[in-house]
Formats: sequence, structure tokens, C-alpha cells
Amino acid sequence: MNWADTILQGILLGGLYALFAAGLSLVFGIMRLVNLAHGDLIVLAAYLILVLVDTLHLNPFVALVIAMPIMFGVGWLLQAYVLNRTLGPDILPPLLVTFGLSVVLQNGLLQAYSADSRRIPSGYLDTASISIGSLHAGVMPLLTFVSAVAVILILNRLLYATELGRAFRATSDDAVTAGLMGIQPHRTFAIATGIAMTIVAVAALYLGTRSNFDPTIGPARLIYAFEAVIMGGLGSLWGTLIGGIILGMAQTIGGAINPEWQILAGHIAFVLVLLFRPRGFFPRAVD
Amino acid sequence: MALLETHGLTAFYRDFQALFGVDVSLDAGETLAIVGANGAGKSTLMRSISGVLINGARQILFEGRPIGALAAPQVMALGIAMVPEGRKLFPSLSVEENLLIGRYGRTTKGPWSLETVYRLFPILKERRNNPGTALSGGQQQMVAIGRALMSNPRVLLCDELSLGLAPVVIRDIYAAFPAIRESGASIVVVEQDIGQAMKIADRLYCMMEGRVTLSGRPSELNRAAIHAAYFGADS
Amino acid sequence: MDGQTTIWRVETKTSASTAFAILAVLAIITGLAAPIYLPRAMLQDLFFILTMLALAQSWNLLAGYAGLVSVGQQAFVGLGAYVMFAGVVFLKLDPLIAILLGGIAAALLAIPAGIFAFRLQGAYFAIGTWVIAEIVRLLVAQWKMLGGGTGTSLPASATRHMQGVDLVHRLFGFRPAQAVDVICYWLALLLAVATIFMVYRLLRSRHGLALASVRDNQEAARAVGVDARRLKALVYLASAFVTGLVGALIYVQKARISPDAAFSVTDWTAYVIFIVVIGGIGTIEGPIVGVLVFFALQKLLADFGSIYLMVLGLIGIVIMLFAPQGLWGLFASRTGIQLLPVRRFLRGGPIKN
Repeated sequence: MNWADTILQGILLGGLYALFAAGLSLVFGIMRLVNLAHGDLIVLAAYLILVLVDTLHLNPFVALVIAMPIMFGVGWLLQAYVLNRTLGPDILPPLLVTFGLSVVLQNGLLQAYSADSRRIPSGYLDTASISIGSLHAGVMPLLTFVSAVAVILILNRLLYATELGRAFRATSDDAVTAGLMGIQPHRTFAIATGIAMTIVAVAALYLGTRSNFDPTIGPARLIYAFEAVIMGGLGSLWGTLIGGIILGMAQTIGGAINPEWQILAGHIAFVLVLLFRPRGFFPRAVD
Repeated sequence: MALLETHGLTAFYRDFQALFGVDVSLDAGETLAIVGANGAGKSTLMRSISGVLINGARQILFEGRPIGALAAPQVMALGIAMVPEGRKLFPSLSVEENLLIGRYGRTTKGPWSLETVYRLFPILKERRNNPGTALSGGQQQMVAIGRALMSNPRVLLCDELSLGLAPVVIRDIYAAFPAIRESGASIVVVEQDIGQAMKIADRLYCMMEGRVTLSGRPSELNRAAIHAAYFGADS
Repeated sequence: MDGQTTIWRVETKTSASTAFAILAVLAIITGLAAPIYLPRAMLQDLFFILTMLALAQSWNLLAGYAGLVSVGQQAFVGLGAYVMFAGVVFLKLDPLIAILLGGIAAALLAIPAGIFAFRLQGAYFAIGTWVIAEIVRLLVAQWKMLGGGTGTSLPASATRHMQGVDLVHRLFGFRPAQAVDVICYWLALLLAVATIFMVYRLLRSRHGLALASVRDNQEAARAVGVDARRLKALVYLASAFVTGLVGALIYVQKARISPDAAFSVTDWTAYVIFIVVIGGIGTIEGPIVGVLVFFALQKLLADFGSIYLMVLGLIGIVIMLFAPQGLWGLFASRTGIQLLPVRRFLRGGPIKN
């Protein structure tokens, strides 16, 4: 086994997991809502991109540009008409409603697209790679990682340097007082979920171009996203990237030792982190 | 016509009735003080006007327009800003961001901006990059007032400004009020301290157990009458 | 004093509950005798209903009463079933003993699982339990002697010589395969009734009151001396034990196991959640109503495959949004009827001497 290469692949895989996690982290940070359908929404977006690529014969990246506003709309509607009704001190309604949504999405996709594995064709990028010395990195994995960093940069900029970001943070702190400032919490939440779904579309592009997918793989993506968020520390987007990288490295190293251990190694890394650093690596001071 | 008035305002917390037909009116340019003991309904009145509590539409009128049933963001958009009880700064925002959030989504022109708020409370400019909650109680209260002013409100509601503050700090805060009045805002102040209220107010309402028990100009009211209206029994 | 004494009693009894208790006893007796007058296919349906009911009751105790929303109950179903298999295949145990072993194994798993998952708050607890289930599934799939990822079957001789098969054969003249079904059915009936009884007793005990106080306000409950963590841990453990037993029993009847089936989140957690939500979360009656609705829907829509699950999911969402107290809750709030009352009433009052 080439250790340096394995670690590099792990880091790049971490970029994908950070993309899965960023939307989950954003939504949880703003409205303390954990969306159990997050993974299935990623799969939904992957099918959306696939359909755009197949029917309009678009380049997947062009399809992404179209899918992003559509997913924003999906997120906005979902939050405004369904999830906003579930918010409150009781954690049961949001959990059970999003769990129900997960089942509905999965089976809806099964009904529409069958259980067959699909893949978004990305042409020559599929196999293109860059080599430096003995290290080889696929262009798609590199693009995934760069996209994850870019998404986190943009999100941080949005949260900490715009009026909307201030409104997000203020609403997260205290929705009643935010209302006194003229902020409509439910509208703010709808925008936040819309943004999260835009990120989900980016994640879906890479999910769908790098490997096969089918309607049932959503829950596992939710779990990876969740593990990245928790390992990184709630409330920190850079922490989420680190969490994703740890997960990606654990999986590739585990997989290099024995292919059957790949997924298991990731989960075990997560359990170990949680046992020794219960609040993750970069917990936000205020929570 | 009064700028802001309530007519037979009632308010409930679930089964508990907190206001029993309150009539209050505020003229343009006026400063009103509302005094009363704990539980008199002063804060409920503020929460009703600001839209945190929803009331019958016609129970609260702003320029003759019914606003009782409007939610807080809509009331805010009409130009009624509130300094909530306990200051309620946003802990994850810096002092300056707390001020900026006060003019969220508003384009109204007016005398108040970061610059003029910093002129009113110079200490805030020094602390602008600190988290709002890292400040002393008095400074936090200044941020809360500044935050409300940033929307250039026509009516400024101040709920229990002096709560938990030292007398000398309270004096500093009230020292800013002449400037706020000059900027054109009408003010409603809720106070437990009758002396402070009489000093700054054009008119005064005294509340007890969810009702207005006395009102008038400070010059027309004597201490004994206020005392009776405040505590109930003429002890 | 003016000759008045005040006598107050705290009661939970309602008149409907007394009538129901009598009916319940009759129903249990009728249920026990079912193998005599019901065809085998219907007995298998009843087995399915009863096992789902037991799973639903124990999830309801967890989520509805202790506020612990687990989406990882498949960990305990799967482990219970696999340990039962191991007991029968390797230790040559009687399947009935192996079922008990399965329950114990599930309860033992709940200790490290609980230590881990209780570090996560609220919603994250839910996904934490899911991660645990995934870990156990992946580990069990490495268990080559039990078929690894593809699974294995129970040796036919093991169930045929199970305790009681002979007795049933002599009593009713059933062939061994059918006798196994009868015994599994009786065990399912026993488990479902025992689970309901256990939940009922727990909620009526002072622990039940403590649980309610924790659910309503954890801080206040702690202030009056309720140890919320310990209580929740206890409920988590009890629920794991029951779930493990039921899982093992289900797989004695199925006689064929694979990691994907035994650790299926759809079969052992999603269905269970929908049963409880549709029937009414936080009531004992709710899961009973829910499992009947669930079974009826399944009979109606089973041929439509994934559409069935979509419908179930949509019903769950709609109920959670518009009638979060579920069908039983709607009924109870309209009529005031409580069959298994756990709410306390203050009765009595001043009595003139």
C-alpha cells in the first residue's frame, strides 16, 4: 500500500463528505433542525442532474447551474410549507416528519427510476488525472475538494459579512427578538434551507459523477454528513471540512487494508472521536 | 389624532388574562412613561404594541390604522421599534453587527446611522468589534437602544431600561434621551422608578393588575396619588 | 375545624378502563385458543401483527415517553436474531432458550450503545443510534460462520425439535412445521401482552410520573430529584431487551437470516415509527390502533411495492403535521375515553363528618 497516496485519496474523499455535510450544518446551525431526509435530497438532486444531462444533452456542470436554483426552490418550499410547521421546543415533529420525507423520497425515486444503478456521465473528466511524483489524483476528486473549500468560503462570507448572514445568526440566537428587528424567522428559515439545497445540488453532481448511485443510498450519505459535522464540531464549517477529511481518510485507510472494512473504519473513527472529543475538534464557543 | 393609541386592549397568556381593557395614547413628539409594580402589565402592554403578542386588530391603532393583529416584523416595518426588557442582544453578533441588525431590510432615511449612534454613545465605538454580550450591563443597554434607533423609528418603545443597573449608569442612559427626542421620535418608557419617570416624561400612566389606574402630566400628579395608584391600597 | 375532613385519593382508574380490562382478559383467552379455529395463514398474519405491536410499544416507550427518538432499533432486532442463530447453530441450544439469549445480547449491546448515543443531544441522538445499527450490521456481516453478508438458514431439525412442538403435535395433531408456527404465535402473543403490561406498570409507577416530568421539563424534574439520565438509560435498556427478544422470535419463525434483512431500517424502525405515529405517540392504545391500520394498509397496498411505502410515509407526515396526537389521540380527546389509563386523577374531596 502506498501510504501517501492513500492519505491523499482520503483527503479528497473528505471534500465530498464536507459537501454532503455543509447544508446539514447550515440548517442545524440556524434553526436547530436535523433533516433526516438530507441524504435522500442529495440523491434526488443527483437524479435531477442526470435527467437534465440525459434529456437536454447538457454538460453535467451546465446541468448543475440549472439544478441549483431548482433545488433552492425545493428547499424553500419544503421549509416554508412543511418544516416550519414542525419547529418548536418538541424535537419529535421535525424528526418524524423528515424521516417520513426520507421514506417518501426514496420510494418515489424507486417508483420513478427503478432500483438500477445510475451514473452521471462526465466525459473525459471521468478518467483524467494529475500526477505529481508518485502521487496520482483524479481530476474529479480534486474538483470535488476545491468545490468543498469554495462552498465553505462562500458560506462563511455569507454568514459573517452580509445582512442576510447577520439575520441568520440573530434568528438562531433568539427568534423572538429577531422579529422585533423586522426579521421574519420563517422566511429566513426558508431561505436558509434553499441555500442548503443549493449546496446539496453541488454535492449531488460529484456523488453522481464519481460513482454509481441508486434511490436507496440516501441514508448512508446522511450518516456520513452527520459524522463529518459532529467530528468537526457543531457550528464550525471549517470543522466540518476537517470532520469530512477524517472520515474520508479513515475509510480509505480501512479500505486499503481490507475492502470490506472501508465503511466500518469510518464509523469506528467517528465513535472514537466522539468518545475522546465529545464536542468534536472545533466546537463553537457559543451554542 | 394620536400617533399611537390602544382601545380597551386585552391580552392573555393562555388562560391567564394580563391586560383588562387598557387605554393609552401617545401624541407625536411626546414622551410617555408607564409606571407600575411588578406584574402590573407594563411589559405585556409593550409586547402587545410591538407585535410579540397578537391582539384584536382594532385594539391598537397607529395613525388610526389597526395594527393590533400584526406580527412583530410588520409592526417594525411601520416604524415602531422596541428596546426589549433584559436588552436581548444577539450573543453571536458583535456590537456593530447588533447595531446593524437594527436596520435589517429597511431603507428609511433618518437621523440615525452607525455614526450618529456612536456619537450618542461613544463607548460603543471603542467596543464595536466585541461580542455584544461581553459588555457591561449599561453598555449593553446602550447597544439595545442604539439597535432600535438604527431603524429610524417614529415610535421608540423602551421596556425597563434601568432593570439591574446602578443608579449612576441609569443616569448616563437617560442622559441620551433629550437627543433622541430631538431626532423626532416619540417615546414610550416603561419604568419602575417613579422619580426617573417623572423627570423625563410629558405624561405618565400608572398601571396596576392589568389596568390603568392613573394618568396625567407629572406637574398635575402628586406623590400620594401615584403611590396609591401604584400599590393599590392608600397605605 | 368545622367538622370537615378532607380525603383525597390519587387514582388512575376510569370506568372505560375497568370494562376494557375485562375485555382484554377475554381477548387474551380467545387469542390463546386461536390455533384451534384459525387457519395457518391467518395465524401467521397475527404473528406479524403481534410482533410489530411489541416493537411499536417498546419504541413508543422510548420516544413517546422518554423523549429518546431512536432510528436504530434494527440494531437490537438484528443482534437478537443473530445471537439466537448463533445459540442454535453453535451451542445447539433449544430455539426458545436462544431467544432469551438474543434478548440478553441486545440488552448488553444497549450498554455501550447507550454510553455512546447519550452523548448526543436530541436530534443527533437519533442519527447516533442509526450509526450504531450500521456498525453492528457491518460487524455481523463479517461473521463468516453465519454466512457473512449473504446470511444463512436455521437447521430445520433445530426448530422441529423445539420445546413444545411435540406437545402441540399431540394436542392438535399439527405437523411439526405448523406446530412451530403455533408456538411462535403464542410467544408473540405473550411478548406483546407482556410488553404492554410492562409499559403500563412502568408508567403507573413513580418512575412513570418521573418520566412524564422529565419529558415535560428536564430541568424542573432534576430540581425535584428525578435522575433523568438514569431513568432514560433504564428505559433504553428495557426497550433494547424487548426489541432483541422480538427480533429473535421473528427469526425463529422466518428461519432464514441475512444482515440486510435483520438490520433493515425500513422493516424494524420505519414501519414501527409509522405505526406509533399513526396510532398516537405517547399513548399505550396508540400503537394498538396503529398496528391494525398498518396491517390493513399493507393488505390493501402490498402489491404496489414502493407506492405502499410512499403512502405510509405521506400518512405519517400528514398526521405529524395536522394531528400529532394520532388516531387514538383524536378519538380520546373527542370522547374522553382512556382504556389503559396512566394519567392520574385527584378524586374525593371534603367530607362532612
